[in-house]
Amino acid sequence: MTSILLVAERDEQGEISQSTVQAIAAANGLVDSVVTAAIAGEAPASASALAVEKVVTLSSIDDADLGIYDQATAEISALVESTSPEVVIFSKSDFGSVVGARLAFRSDSAFAADCIEISNAGDGVSVTRPVYGGSALAEFDIVSSRAIITLRAGAYETNTETGSPSIEAFESGVNVEQTASVTGTVAEAREGVRLEDANFVVSGGRGLGGPEPFSVLTDLANALGGAVGASRAACDAGWIDHSHQVGLTGKSVSPDVYIAVGISGASQHMAGCSSSRAIVAINKDADSNIFKEARFGIVGDWEKVLPSFLATVRELKA
Amino acid sequence: MRRLLGIGITELTVRIVVLAKQVPDPETPPSQFKIDESTNTVIPPNGVPPVVNGFDLNAVEAALLLRDAGADVEITVLSVGSDFVMDAMKKPLAMGADRLVLVDDSGLGNIDSAATVKVLAAAIEKDGPYDLILGGRQASDWDQAHVTLGLAEVLGLPLVSLVQKLELDGDSVSLQRVIPDGYQTITAPVPSVLTITNELGESRYPNLRGIMQASRKKPEVFSLADLGLSSDDLAPKLELRKLYIPESNKQVELIEGEDEADSGKKLALRLREEKLI
Repeated sequence: MTSILLVAERDEQGEISQSTVQAIAAANGLVDSVVTAAIAGEAPASASALAVEKVVTLSSIDDADLGIYDQATAEISALVESTSPEVVIFSKSDFGSVVGARLAFRSDSAFAADCIEISNAGDGVSVTRPVYGGSALAEFDIVSSRAIITLRAGAYETNTETGSPSIEAFESGVNVEQTASVTGTVAEAREGVRLEDANFVVSGGRGLGGPEPFSVLTDLANALGGAVGASRAACDAGWIDHSHQVGLTGKSVSPDVYIAVGISGASQHMAGCSSSRAIVAINKDADSNIFKEARFGIVGDWEKVLPSFLATVRELKA
Repeated sequence: MRRLLGIGITELTVRIVVLAKQVPDPETPPSQFKIDESTNTVIPPNGVPPVVNGFDLNAVEAALLLRDAGADVEITVLSVGSDFVMDAMKKPLAMGADRLVLVDDSGLGNIDSAATVKVLAAAIEKDGPYDLILGGRQASDWDQAHVTLGLAEVLGLPLVSLVQKLELDGDSVSLQRVIPDGYQTITAPVPSVLTITNELGESRYPNLRGIMQASRKKPEVFSLADLGLSSDDLAPKLELRKLYIPESNKQVELIEGEDEADSGKKLALRLREEKLI
């Protein structure tokens, strides 16, 4: 028997998130797994049909803890201590990345971040995760009595399997005094569609040479009803705000069409867009890695390619 | 008590340690990125020396920005590993950091991150105390993004991750923490552990004077024994079984028109044909 604690997250409507449903599929894929899901706050309606044995609600974690996660770490540590799961699975979200890592060190467990696979290996468990910015994959055996992992969104299918778990409350009685405090939240102004939700993404990289060309990319994105993305190099150079960054350390997008303009296609960038339906590359350098990842490509100067591309898109859309 | 009051260092000096890791240059062209599958290690590419992890340079930059803002800071760069390449490791000094402390031991070549945290904590206990401990948001080799977080746990210090801006404010620090659609403003006490993200902005290039000064500085080196640790303390929790480059079987369809403008037009028509637009 492998006892698994799965730390659930919510979507914007407060229901169980897709990434959590995927994590349940991963957990149920292990031999003889017994899965408990834990969730902060009251259990949402979607919790009662999860394909798990039990749902545990953690009422002591509230929004005041968001971003600092001191209370969440303490409460989940207490739950882990009292139930001794062999594997604890988080989504690779902001919450999961911070709480998972802290929990691992607090409970002297192994930690593996951003896993794309979890499987049985002999009596134990092994995980696969991208390393070197996605250039390579590493398979690790867990050689510790407990493993804490975070699971990359999309690594497993969103399972439609359902169950009828019992729902219980867990109270550790722990109440952490906040060491740092959140004094405010500032939302970045955004025009048009959210990058993560866009069906079309037009992204620019170092090959654009400066900030001005992003206005051409914006025109194209607008014509397609999409959003503008960028490589880390372009963001770090200050050509465009970091909220547009696509990649391992930026946003993950999966549009129908991802148009990469002047982007070399470094692994860490591809990590954020490789699940797009079609990648289109426009780059002067025929040897550029992006052409190994793209479905369609033009070897050429974006300044000459984009105006006619944009004009034709507008005609087709008209 | 403060460990060392060197030249120009007073009780008011804010002591900052920046964690830094030597990594293979992430700008290595993919064609030169190769793995020796018999040893599960990356084959160092010819003529591409290792570098300091770029995210750690963001943390160095964050410390330097505090100095630029007028704070009296002493910046110590701390690294754990083996086979250090000094030209790479001295870059933070050339940028303006004051000291370089290395835990350099052949036993540290292939340890996992749980062991790394143990060594860092021991080094900090020996070399500290510090007012702020800064690390990059993740390392560009193993991308685990948790050594600095784990260190906060082990040292029992407050932690704020993904900091894009920081200001010293008496006995506390005012921070901006990046979230998916904006940022949080956070006040944290001193001492604290912070991870710095690349949203902070590009790290400065060393100038000639900085490079000259760095070349004259010698790293302070600890061995494992100096820290009271032995290889028995560094037992792994994760064992690397296989490291490999995934195969890509994608085949690009190159669109070629009479000229580049024609290619652009043909591309749009091709995407329509595929019902993608």
